[in-house]
Amino acid sequence: MIRAQLPSLQGVWDILDRVLDPEVPVVSVVELGIIRDLEWQQQRLQVTLTPTYSGCPATAFIEEEILQALHQAGIPDVQLRQQLAPAWTTDWISESGRNKLRDYGIAPPVGSASKRSLLGEDPIVACPQCGSEHTERVSEFGSTACKALYRCTDCLEPFDYFKCI
Amino acid sequence: MTTQHALTEYLLRLGDSNIILAQRLCEWIGHAPVLEEELALGNVALDLFGQARSWLEYAAQLQGEGRSADDLVFGRNEREYRNLLISEQSNGNYADTLARQYLFDAWHYYLLQALQHSTDEQVAAIAAKGLKEVTYHLRRSSAWIKRLGDGTEESHQKMQQAIDDIWTYSGEMMMTDAIDAPLVAAGIVPDMTAITAQWQAHVSTTLTEATLCCPAQDSYMQRGGKQGLHGEQLGFLLAEMQFLPRAYPDAVW
Repeated sequence: MIRAQLPSLQGVWDILDRVLDPEVPVVSVVELGIIRDLEWQQQRLQVTLTPTYSGCPATAFIEEEILQALHQAGIPDVQLRQQLAPAWTTDWISESGRNKLRDYGIAPPVGSASKRSLLGEDPIVACPQCGSEHTERVSEFGSTACKALYRCTDCLEPFDYFKCI
Repeated sequence: MTTQHALTEYLLRLGDSNIILAQRLCEWIGHAPVLEEELALGNVALDLFGQARSWLEYAAQLQGEGRSADDLVFGRNEREYRNLLISEQSNGNYADTLARQYLFDAWHYYLLQALQHSTDEQVAAIAAKGLKEVTYHLRRSSAWIKRLGDGTEESHQKMQQAIDDIWTYSGEMMMTDAIDAPLVAAGIVPDMTAITAQWQAHVSTTLTEATLCCPAQDSYMQRGGKQGLHGEQLGFLLAEMQFLPRAYPDAVW
């Protein structure tokens, strides 16, 4: 009877799709691909998530936000489970997530995560401001571990690039 | 020795080496030569902190005494630390920091590559996750060895000196003892023979490209860190790192 008042799994996905990444507050945790699984265990909701980077300082904050959103939606009993394998990859960022990143001024990851992209040549990263492909890498690391710093040689604007891992 | 006890020790060695090197890298914050390097050192340190937490949480879980990763990091004394000697060496000049980082990254990269196939699921998961991060670390540090080695006369001389100075601490990464044997037998950790060869090949190629001389692989190597015998400088590092939680054990964020 109480169960009937709880949202469906799709309803939970919709709730989590409104929980934004604190570092990139336009992309949701669902679009980022860090929610790996949702499961109702009778009254209890189990949320399985994976961290982006081992040391990402936003992980604990995101977990708090998720708990808060679910509690506010009337789900009192939530269990968060962290899962490392398979390791998070930028391939899991959804198409809408990529578009929102670009609109926000962050170039989304180029191509698919493979050993080649990690070790090989630098990818061609289009400027999120003017779309030019004449860009250069300024720094391999940016404001957070997941980003690198680039500069557009046409519009001259610096921008963050979400690294492909 | 039980496999569980050996694995706990092995995890401490990995986790401690990560946390101590991360702490060293953080000493550069506010002092790095250029802003981009400051960002890079901070981010590499953050990756290492994260991986250390994963290894140490697992170690604490196997110990089964209800301790957390934080308890292990802030509550153990110098002789209880199992980090590699190379990770505790002081920062020196920028060439010293990069030489230390490069030799460590190359070892770390090949080790995690092997550990991701561990028969222990948790070890494999942490390694596979960390490998993505360490791949970046290695790419960056090897690029710096080449730029500085094959740079100006002064940068070349300083880079060579840095490699020569840190070299004696590189051998410990490849050494094994009674802790390794049961774990290798169980397929939990790799035999170091193949990794040693991979490491030597990477280092010798990189140094040659950097126009630097590779010191003799069979020269005398310092040992003891993995067994808890450390240099004087680790005490100073721990004093700074542990002061707050030891002085104010009830402090919270």
